[in-house]
Amino acid sequence: MKILVVGGGTGGTIVANNLARRLSGEIRAGKVKITMLSASDKHMYQPGLLYVAFGQMMPDELYRDQASLLESSVDFHVDPVEQFELDKNQVKTKSGKVHMYDVLVIATGSRIVPEQIPGLAEGAETFYSEAGAVKMFKRLREFQGGKIAVVVGVPHKCPIAPVEVIFSLNDYFKARGIREKVTIKYHYPIGRIHTIKEVATWAKPEFDRMGIEYETLFNVKEVDVKNKVVKSEEDTEYAYDLLIAIPPHRGMEVIEKNGLGEGGWIPTDRHKLTLNGHDNVYVVGDTTNLPVSKTGSAAHFEAEVISENISSIVKIGTPVRDYDGKVYCFIETGHDSATYAMFNYQNPPNLKPPSKPMHWFKMSYNKMYWTSVRGLL
Amino acid sequence: MSETKLVDARDTFCPGPLMELITHMKQASVGDTIELLSTDEGSGADVPEWVNKVGHEMLSNEKIEGVWHIKVRKAK
Ligand SMILES: Cc1cc2nc3c(=O)[nH]c(=O)nc-3n(C[C@H](O)[C@H](O)[C@H](O)COP(=O)(O)OP(=O)(O)OC[C@H]3O[C@@H](n4cnc5c(N)ncnc54)[C@H](O)[C@@H]3O)c2cc1C
Repeated sequence: MKILVVGGGTGGTIVANNLARRLSGEIRAGKVKITMLSASDKHMYQPGLLYVAFGQMMPDELYRDQASLLESSVDFHVDPVEQFELDKNQVKTKSGKVHMYDVLVIATGSRIVPEQIPGLAEGAETFYSEAGAVKMFKRLREFQGGKIAVVVGVPHKCPIAPVEVIFSLNDYFKARGIREKVTIKYHYPIGRIHTIKEVATWAKPEFDRMGIEYETLFNVKEVDVKNKVVKSEEDTEYAYDLLIAIPPHRGMEVIEKNGLGEGGWIPTDRHKLTLNGHDNVYVVGDTTNLPVSKTGSAAHFEAEVISENISSIVKIGTPVRDYDGKVYCFIETGHDSATYAMFNYQNPPNLKPPSKPMHWFKMSYNKMYWTSVRGLL
Repeated sequence: MSETKLVDARDTFCPGPLMELITHMKQASVGDTIELLSTDEGSGADVPEWVNKVGHEMLSNEKIEGVWHIKVRKAK
């Protein structure tokens, strides 16, 4: 059986390593082969970007060689897929190669598209890319006071990031002794300050305590870069000195070009994690159209279900597990405390008060991530 | 040709039904209709609040066997 994993980020790497272990006997016997195609020879720990934006991590700490993270039995190539030919069970790559498969796993992630909002790419700082995070830190460091606006595009990955960046801004300017010279205004697309009700209820008094201003029902329509004004689809506007944006996202272009899903989001069965209408094609991580957070954590839990099921299909001819929508998100509440939200399709999160040990757990996780994608955690 | 699309946001806490609707409204063309399904009790009020504020058109809003069925037409 040929298993082809397309995408070597969080979801794809966990699937490939997990399968390589579960099916080690079958691989040794030559009955199963696992191939991974990715667009890069590097693997980035994306949550680290938030720390880069506040000068707490250096960009080089975010990367490992992808080959070093994979079980040796995984046949890895840097050769991005350009065509998915699902009716022929094959893909074509940039180099012109054709890869046949019996089982395909699509794990191509998502991309930021700030250019979809006029003025956003030129006018706003963002920490959703390495270059953006470094530039944002330099802007923060030279900032001596004034109005900072935080705006949030839809959809976006890591839905906790908008709240985390507020706590970090507050602590950063406090540490520099100029917090009272800085106005921080948070803008959020829906009618409360976070989409998860429990997070909104908990964060509101925290924002009040920190003196954060907020406006809800604010969807960014455009940025007037020259006059430094950000405008909403709801016909309100705010004049800023520094604009920070969580940019809107789409799935990868290759998904859209191949007609696999509108916006690059692939229609996925919410329990089986298969592409609707294709039982031998699995979808994991950001590129699904599932109504779950686009997070590494969701990708991780989905990857475990997918590998267990592909492996059981090889061994006993049937899948054994359903995905229950599980997500676990750390929430950094400044530079020395944190809490977390854990939820699934049926159960909302139950937020605990932030604590220092939780922050240290997150700091350790920043290192443990590499063990986790290797499938050892 | 305007289209009608079904967005199934039942049993989701994050991103949540209104975020899902906003995502699909951005992808839709003017004149398209989206039917949002939601099991979140708040949707019956939250969704019309946003739709009216932003200037899209509410077509219907009803709860059938515990599920909100909310139809919205993209107006701009
Ligand atoms: C600032 C920031 C903070 C975050 N914080 C958190 C957090 O605290 N907790 C959390 O759980 N998540 C967090 N995330 C989100 C998390 O990083 C992503 O949700 C996660 O990486 C998604 O995994 P994925 O496998 O779907 O995609 P990715 O990890 O993005 O991997 C996609 C892979 O596909 C490859 N690829 C792309 N196109 C092709 C192609 N055509 N052919 C082959 N391969 C291709 C890429 O090279 C890449 O290897 C954060 C993200 C950011 C940006």
